[in-house]
Amino acid sequence: MQTELAAPRLSFPDLARVASVGLRTRRVRAGLSALGIAIGVAAIVAVLGLSASSQAGLLAEIDRLGTNLLTVTNGQTLFGQTAELPLAAPGMIRRVGPVTQMQYTGSTSMNAYRSQLIPAVNTNGLSVQAASLGLSRAVGTSLAHGRYLNPATAKEPVAVLGAQAAGLLGIDRIYPGERIWLGRTPKAGMWFYLTGILKPAVLAPEIDDSVLVGFPAARRYLGVDGHPTEIYVRSITNQTAAVQSVLAATVNPEAPNEVDVSQPSATLTARADAQGALNSLFLGLGAVSLLVGAVGVANIMLIGVLERRSEIGLRRSLGATKGQIRTQFLAEAILLALLGGAVGVAAGVISTVVYAHLKHWTAVIPATAWAGGLAAAIFIGATAGLLPAIRAARLSPTEALRTV
Amino acid sequence: MISEAPTLETMQLPSSARIPVLELEDVSKTYGTNPPVPALQGVSFSVAASELVAVVGPSGSGKSTLLYLMGTLERPTSGRVWLTGLDVAEMEDRELATVRATRIGFVFQQFFLAEHSSLLDNVADGLLYAGVSANDRREQAADALAAVGLGERVKSRPPQLSGGERQRVAIARALVGAPAIVLADEPTGNLDSATGEQIMALIEELNGKGATIVVVTHERTTADRCPRRIQLLDGQVISDTVA
Repeated sequence: MQTELAAPRLSFPDLARVASVGLRTRRVRAGLSALGIAIGVAAIVAVLGLSASSQAGLLAEIDRLGTNLLTVTNGQTLFGQTAELPLAAPGMIRRVGPVTQMQYTGSTSMNAYRSQLIPAVNTNGLSVQAASLGLSRAVGTSLAHGRYLNPATAKEPVAVLGAQAAGLLGIDRIYPGERIWLGRTPKAGMWFYLTGILKPAVLAPEIDDSVLVGFPAARRYLGVDGHPTEIYVRSITNQTAAVQSVLAATVNPEAPNEVDVSQPSATLTARADAQGALNSLFLGLGAVSLLVGAVGVANIMLIGVLERRSEIGLRRSLGATKGQIRTQFLAEAILLALLGGAVGVAAGVISTVVYAHLKHWTAVIPATAWAGGLAAAIFIGATAGLLPAIRAARLSPTEALRTV
Repeated sequence: MISEAPTLETMQLPSSARIPVLELEDVSKTYGTNPPVPALQGVSFSVAASELVAVVGPSGSGKSTLLYLMGTLERPTSGRVWLTGLDVAEMEDRELATVRATRIGFVFQQFFLAEHSSLLDNVADGLLYAGVSANDRREQAADALAAVGLGERVKSRPPQLSGGERQRVAIARALVGAPAIVLADEPTGNLDSATGEQIMALIEELNGKGATIVVVTHERTTADRCPRRIQLLDGQVISDTVA
């Protein structure tokens, strides 16, 4: 005689409407309790987004500058003394097939001063280097002001400043007749005229705090013997590794172990990867905020269940099963958290985009950031809503109806 | 066959052959164990289709307990309750919920309307758990509102209504979907006497159209308007009279 009395399931739109009752009728409260989750998700999305964007910015910069630059420097002899690169090294490197550019610098023992009146100790840590004529292009930088050395000025007492060197000397532009003092001390040396200031050289930061003069001038006025100390080699990109493997032996066949060969872009890439390590602190803070948000949601849902006893009683009398009441409150908690999560993702994305724009990076929001943020919000909502939902479902309908 | 909802044919049977919509047999309800508090003892009666019955008694006489037992919101400690032929004792919670969703309508003293929803949505929610599509719910809700005289105000919200109008909405919500029985718990309790009169007139009118209604009340004047009165005292039926 029993007929089929399976309780019909609520359709999704009905469930969504029922689940949003509490949020629609108590908006301020819902907004405040979603705020904690919003802040946590925003922090996580922004941290991941900013780190990805800055990484992408650095990698794009490296890409622009090229990964085919190799640097050859003088290493140490077996006895721990500074080795010298052979005078013939630049010529030997030029003969390696895939090498497209080869430029070099030679260090001097001179200091650079703004004038003769500067105390001798105030060297600013600047080095004076002899440089070949195509150096700026080979290391991927260009002139910020003025012009670079040319075959004529390379023979004369003329200098070009690296970006940082210019800053340290307090020089921000080039005008005719401008000069600096190069010498061992402000007493022993001579004036060099300035012709240009370089932009920062990302792949060769040692250029930035250097004062560059031509090799002929260095030999003539600064007593340089012409040995290169740093050689910059550009090769066909897909041959870079092969070139790197033969460089040491090419430069100094007699003692290849006294030659250091490195790829600056690889160092920078490693640095870009290492940047992520700093993020864990901020991610931890975001997680704490999410936890606080979860406690807030659980609290607000528990209060909601107490306040809405009559609604629960009415719904039971209208035919809602315990399961439907449980689902309603669980869905409400998830909806609340999801709302916070969505706001948080939006805030995180906006702050990333704005900051990346200011830094001239391409804004990158990793999928793990926004998807992870939303997933975390749903998980938090479900966890925080579970206990209140079970309580609501356990409430006896008559008890719920009586407490008014 | 017994369990099927009343159809036109069954409604037209002579009254002596009517199927009881609700039947209670020696029903007792005791709350708590230490000490046990008996709320109802040995209550038996049946309600036929299209009847209008008042359950009347002073406060503490077991009226509310009886209403909850009739409405399957509680189970009896002993005795049996049949609703449209279904034995309530044998049903699981989910099945009872479905019985409430499809066969019972409740009217409460406090109305219990959702203040932020329109009257139409409030009434349509009466069918929310009955497996009726949203469009059908709204259509039937509009008809039910028209039946209680609020057909023009489907878009209003409860705070814009007077107490009497709110109770009309609650009655429409109980009636929507034509349940086998409507259980009204002190439907005039929160209303002034004139408005209470109007609500009772509406209940009589709806009963006249075929609705089976049980009104639980402590007010004699309300009970006197019903053709059949079951009087409760200390959890026992002391009289069951038909006017």
